[in-house]
Parts: sequence; C-alpha cells; structure tokens
Amino acid sequence: MNEHPAPKRKASDYKSEVKPVWCPGCGDYHVLLSLTRMLAASGTPPEQVAVISGIGCSSRIPAYTNCYGFHGVHGRSLALAAGLKVARPDLTVLVMSGDGDGFSIGGNHFLHACRRNIDITYVVMDNQVYGMTKGQPSPTTDPEWDSALAPGGTGIRPFQPLVIALASGANFVARAFSGQPNETARIIHEAVMHPGFSFVQVMSPCVTFRPEQAAWKDAVHPAPVEATDDPARAARRIMTDDGFNIGVLYRGDRPVFDPHSGAEPVPLSALERSFAL
Amino acid sequence: MGRHEEKASFDAAGAAAVGERPRDSVCIAILGSGGAGALTTGGLLLEAAARRGLYGMMTRSVGPQIRGGEAAAFVRLATRPVACMADRFDAVIAIDWRRADRFADELALDAESLLIGDPGKPGDAAAAPVPESLARSGARVVDIAFADLAAAVPGGRENMVALGLAAGLVGIAAEELDGLIAKRLGAKGTAAVEASRAGCAQGLAAAAVLPVRFPLPRPEAEPGPRWRITGNQAAGLGAVQGGVRFAAAYPITPATEVLEWLAPALRRLGGTLVQAEDELASINMIIGASFGGVPALTATSGPGLALMVESLGLAVASEVPIVVVDVMRGGPSTGIPTKSEQSDLNIAVMGCHGDAPHVVVAPLSVGDCRLTTQWAVHLAETLQTVAVVLSDQFLGQSQAVIAPPEPEDFGTRRKVLPRTVEGYRRYELVGDSISPMALPGITGGQYTADGLTHGENALPSSRASDHRAQLDKRAAKLVQADYGAHWAEIEGEGDIAILCWGSLAGAAREAAERLAEAGAPVRLVALRLLAPLRTEALVEALGHRRVLVVEQSHSGQFLNYLRGSGALTGETRSLRRPGPLPIRPGEIAAAVQEWRRS
Ligand SMILES: Cc1ncc(C[n+]2csc(CCOP(=O)(O)OP(=O)(O)O)c2C)c(N)n1
Ligand code: SF4
Repeated sequence: MNEHPAPKRKASDYKSEVKPVWCPGCGDYHVLLSLTRMLAASGTPPEQVAVISGIGCSSRIPAYTNCYGFHGVHGRSLALAAGLKVARPDLTVLVMSGDGDGFSIGGNHFLHACRRNIDITYVVMDNQVYGMTKGQPSPTTDPEWDSALAPGGTGIRPFQPLVIALASGANFVARAFSGQPNETARIIHEAVMHPGFSFVQVMSPCVTFRPEQAAWKDAVHPAPVEATDDPARAARRIMTDDGFNIGVLYRGDRPVFDPHSGAEPVPLSALERSFAL
Repeated sequence: MGRHEEKASFDAAGAAAVGERPRDSVCIAILGSGGAGALTTGGLLLEAAARRGLYGMMTRSVGPQIRGGEAAAFVRLATRPVACMADRFDAVIAIDWRRADRFADELALDAESLLIGDPGKPGDAAAAPVPESLARSGARVVDIAFADLAAAVPGGRENMVALGLAAGLVGIAAEELDGLIAKRLGAKGTAAVEASRAGCAQGLAAAAVLPVRFPLPRPEAEPGPRWRITGNQAAGLGAVQGGVRFAAAYPITPATEVLEWLAPALRRLGGTLVQAEDELASINMIIGASFGGVPALTATSGPGLALMVESLGLAVASEVPIVVVDVMRGGPSTGIPTKSEQSDLNIAVMGCHGDAPHVVVAPLSVGDCRLTTQWAVHLAETLQTVAVVLSDQFLGQSQAVIAPPEPEDFGTRRKVLPRTVEGYRRYELVGDSISPMALPGITGGQYTADGLTHGENALPSSRASDHRAQLDKRAAKLVQADYGAHWAEIEGEGDIAILCWGSLAGAAREAAERLAEAGAPVRLVALRLLAPLRTEALVEALGHRRVLVVEQSHSGQFLNYLRGSGALTGETRSLRRPGPLPIRPGEIAAAVQEWRRS
C-alpha cells in the first residue's frame, strides 16, 4: 500500500452508515474501529481498498466500511481476495473473517494463501466459537467447552493458527486484542505495509456465547520480546507462551507471488499461428 | 415413457439401407498397449492427410492408466470437413493385440473391415492373437509383423511402421510422409529422421500387398488455409478472444488442456493464470478477479463443477460475470474420466440452490468451441451473470483439421460505472435490468458485493419485496437479452425434426445430410443455448413435426428438460445412450427411417 499524503482523512471517512448486526459489546465493533483508524492513518483512499469476507458475524464487516467490499460464501474469502489482488495489484486488499470461516471450512485456503504469499492481509476475528450459528465449537475452541452440539466439550485439541501460518509460509504473523483498538490498528497497519501474505489473529470476544472471554482484557500483555525473522523461533515462542502475547511475532522476507510476466502483450493473431497447418 | 414417446430403436440394418457415403471418408483405429505410440501415430497420420489437402479428426480413447496403458487413436480422414466418427471402422491397425479387447465396445466392425496387426511370436511378451471380441465381427484378419519390420531397419520403431501402413492404406505417398517426418522429428537429429523414414517405408511396402485399400482422392480444388486444433485449445482461444485475462485452475481430466493452453497464452497477452488449491478456490478466484474488472474464466469437469455450484450462486446473486467451461466426462462420481458423456446438463442448468438464473451454452463442434466460448464470455460480461460452457471429452480432446473458425466481433463490453456519481446504487432496477457495475478505484462507487439478498443499494435485506425485486431483475435480464441467431443451428426441411445439443450436432448433421441425399430429408435443430431456453423460438423451429430427441445420457436429461419447458408439443421419441459410446450418424438416420416406417 502506498502512503497517500493528502488529503487528510478521518476514521469516520472509512465508515459506512450501516448499523452493524452485532450484539452490544461484541469485540468486532472494536475491530471495525481499528480498521477505520488504521485506514485513516494510512491515508489510502477508500475506493482503493477492498475488504473481503466470508460468512459469520465477523464477516459482516465489509458493508460497515466505506470501501469496496465482498461478502462472499462461507470459507472462501481468501481465494476471492487472491483473484482480486492478482487481477488488480493496485488495490489494498484486506480479508476479514472469523475463526470458523477461516480455519474450519476455509482451512485449506488458509494453508495455501500462506504458501502462495500474495500481498494481502488476513485478519481473523477469533472468538473461539461459531457466533452466527449460535454457539457451536470452532477449531480454536478449548476442548472442555460445553455446548449443545458438543456436550461436555469436543475433547479435541485446538487449532494453532499462528503456528500453522508460520509452517505454511506466511510472511508476517501477529496477534492482537480487539479491546486495544489503537494497538490493533497499529498492528494491522504494519501487516498491510509488510509485503506478501500477512496474518493477524485478533482475539475478539463473543459476549453472547462466550461471556467468560470478558476476562481476556486482563490476561493480555505485550509480547515480551521483539518479533523474529526466524519462523522456527517464532513458532517455538507461540507454542510455549500463554496465548495472550500481543504484538508482531514474525516478519519474513519471502518473495511475493507475482504471476505477471511484465512483457509487452502480443496480438491474438500470434496465438492463432500455432494452429495453422 | 410418455404417450407420444417410445424409445427409438437402434437399427444397424436400417443404417446400412440409408447407406454410407461413397468413399470420401475412411475411418481407422490405431491401437497399442504399453506406450506403443498409438496416439502419436494417429496424430501424424492426421497431419499427413491434412498436408495432402484432406480434412479429418482424431478422437482418443485411453484406459485409466496414467502412462503405458492401452491407447487408441480413432482417425477419420475425409475429402470434406467432418464433425463425428463414421458408423464403422474400415480398418483396425494394432501395433499389438494385447489389450485390444478393451476397445471392443467402441470398435464397430463388419465383414468389410480389416483387422491388421502383429500377433507376435510364441513366447514374446507382446504376443497375442486377435481378440475374439473383434474377430467375431467377421472382419478380415491380416497379420503384419510390425516388430520384425521395425527390427529390420536401424533404430526402427513399430509405430512408424504402423504409420507407413496406415498412410499406404489411404493413399498417402512416401514423399508426403518424408516431409512431415522432417518437420516433426527434425529436432531429434538426422538418425531419428532416417530411422522413422525407413520404418515408414517398411509399412508402406506392407500396405502395397494388403487385400484392399481405401485410397482417398485429393480434393479437386486447392483447399484454403486450415488449422489442426483440439476443442480444448479452441475453447481457450475463444476465451481470450472474448477478453478473458484471468484464469484460475485446478487440474482435471479432460479439461486440463484448456488450462495448459491458457497458462502461456494469458502470460503472452498480459494476463494471468493461477493454479488454485481446489475448485472451491478456483471459482472464487475468478469471482474476485472479475469483481476487480478483469474478465475471468475457469475450466473443469463434472466433479469440479459439483464443488463450484455454491459459488455459482454467489456470482449470480452478486451479479459478477464469470465463465466456467465444463468439459464433460462419464459420471457420476469419478465415472469414466477419460471418456465422453453429455450428463452434466442437469447440474449445469439446475445445480444451484435457490433460483439462480444463468447462461448455459454448448459448442456444436471442435472448431465451434472457439465461437461458443467467446459468446459465453460475451453473455457473462454483458449480462453480469454466470455462463457455463458444456463441452465434452469428445470435443475437448479431439483434434480436428478444419477451416480456421472465424472470430466474431460481439462488441463485448461490461456496463461499468464510468465515473463518480452521487448516490450510486449497485443493484438499481433499470430498464434492461443490467445496472452499471462500479469497479474498485472509482470514487463514490464503493459497495459491498453480497450473496445475501440485498436491496438496490446493495445493502443486506430480508424484505420480501427486495428479494422479489432482485430475483425478477436477474431473471429479466436473461430473458430480455439478444441471443441473435446463435441460440441454435437450424437446417433442412422434413416431416421429422432431429433435436440435439452440443457435441452430438456433428453426428446429427451427418445423418440429416445422408437422409436428404436419400430423398428423405429432415429438419435439424442443434441447440447451442441451453439456458435460458428459447422456448418460443424452439417451438417455432420444430413446427408441427415429430421430434427425435438425441442425447448421450442414460436418463434422458435433455428430453426431461425440454419436456419441463413445454418446448415439445407434438409426438416425441428419444434416442439416447450413456457415454462413452458415441451415437453415430447411421443410428440417427436409421431411427428416423424406422419411425417413418412404423
Ligand atoms: C456452506 C455453509 N455452511 C454452513 C453455513 C452456516 N454458518 C454461517 S456462519 C457459520 C460459522 C461462522 O463462524 P465464525 O467464522 O467463527 O464467525 P463468527 O460468527 O463467530 O464471527 C456457519 C457454520 C454457511 N453459511 N454456509
Ligand atoms: S454472537 Fe458473538 S460474535 Fe456474534 S455478534 Fe454476538 S457477540 Fe459478536
């Protein structure tokens, strides 16, 4: 994303008139706030930004911005964004969705988006639950969490998105907490500025189905050490931390995916020639 | 079966009565097992014939093995363009007979046919006699020791001997083969060229002593420029002709060649192709690219299309133009991946959940894959909807020698928001139901494309009135569109109409030509536009004729679709069969004559 010096824009310039469907107190309000603040800080005109999502409470976010948006089908936002960014490299493309959307139904696309390393930013609003379908366990839910669909808990080890992202080749990995909108805006901004595929896990509480997540605001703390450029070290730190380290955790420098040949286009007749006898 | 409909019978005797054309076409099958080179031989034979001024096509039939399994090239050579295989084979040339049995169903033979092959010597690994399933036809068996003939020349290969033999069979001379070999094998060095020439000479000499040969005359007039092209290549060409500059792809037989042709072609044209992780991704990638303003396409086959249908609905609802080429194969499930069938009609037309009107078109010949795919891009782009192209393995993987298919200038142009406007509404209900689409970058055009039901302002809505209005809009734009004369090919007059779609048009047209020559003409209606169905125009094209509905599906998907549409108003018969056996022109002609007699 280019820094656009003028005109000066406010966070409200990036917000639409639409009233979110979210429950009062939902962490996603703060993610929206962080996003608009971050865009205002960058100065990128709203028409140069595309916010792409899947399905879920969190995935409702595009229409709440004043940018171009796509609210697609469940789990496929990364693929849609990849096509858009390859076709329109001039745009700033952000993908914003939930943990169910991104790690369950969209899990395969997550791996390949990390691998492919297209210059997009992926923000997952992780509430460790399926909010929109009213409280089922998601891949990041702790195994003991009791619910109607999984009485007594799933008994299944949670998915480790940050470690998976590192193993799959993401070029930038960070964790944020929605309750700290300025810090979250700063992290997302850095993610957008970093070349290649950037992944930000934003812990965003679901007050309705996971009220106990209210305790997150006291549990989070800044990551004790600076980000590393060594994915193995970053992974070890994440696997051994308490899950509440906030900040940029990894910055890589892998080459960014660019399928454009850059050559002067040939006329169509050049292609037809190969068929002539 | 309904009151007016009985299943038409296959009547081989009737086919003979209608009569094959005089010898202006020859059909040869070249078989081999274990990498014997049958497909290469078939391709070279087709090219040699083309250099002589002949036309023709080659279809391929291979077993499930990845490499080294049995393979057959079915080659039809003719003095005029052909769009289907003949009713029967004049000759089978078997480099070895080992796995020939597996093609028995596909090889229509009779006492006039030749079975030419190498039985091998007792104890040889490749030794095998003519299989009973082929010998039963009464065809004359001619033993030719391909292996010995090849061994007699330094570096000789059996498939080159077979090429020489096939060339001799149809009257192609040594000099004509020499030129081709120099062109095709020159890069491999003089030794390879010499070995191939010598092998061919052995085959030509062997052909000279065959009991019969089927020489084709050179065309009287100098033929104009011609192409050798497959349907999959032609579809790729039509796509870029239509303006496609982005493709996303997940490999699948028999569609992969569309993608492999597009990958370098798009690069050269300044576009891109991305290999996706699966079809769920490829369909969404093209939706994303097209949302960004770049015409986009993917190609797949039945299993991939099945994975894509949820997102087809998204593109319909969000009014993002995309094109999906489905090169059909035998289904359901993995089915017969390497062979043809017209059985994805139901999923292509009706697969989406909800009411999701979109365009479905089908190419009518190998060369027509170009025009039909280009037209699909045009319709998708101008109507802001999904267009599915139903090609099939027969069209996609057949090579045809044809006059260069003319490109058409459709004047394709997406209706976009040209500049900033106040109060832009993406899904505004306008006269032609096609609202201007804002592309990212346009100030004031910002909107969120959505699969949720929305109002004119693009914002989510669950109001009945918005739902209804947008469903009406999406349906209306397709109904009001101008499909010109491309929706069908309509030819001939007669008391009976042959009604078919897609790749069967070739066989149906040849049947109609033969019937006309026999003084028993019919009307031919071959549909290129399957959805939305032009019901009124179709009823008019069929008139009050009896209608023979011809299709390559087990359940009669086409027949049932037409019935539901109300396009079939009179007496109807169904001539159908699942793949991979093609329905041949003689069978169609016979079914018509049988109906007239009964
Ligand atoms: C193909 C498909 N399957 C299931 C659903 C139902 N569904 C809607 S949202 C959702 C889960 C969303 O969870 P998450 O991504 O964590 O988002 P949240 O609502 O918690 O923000 C599911 C299963 C759907 N829309 N589409
Ligand atoms: S259900 Fe949970 S995630 Fe969804 S809006 Fe309410 S609080 Fe937010």
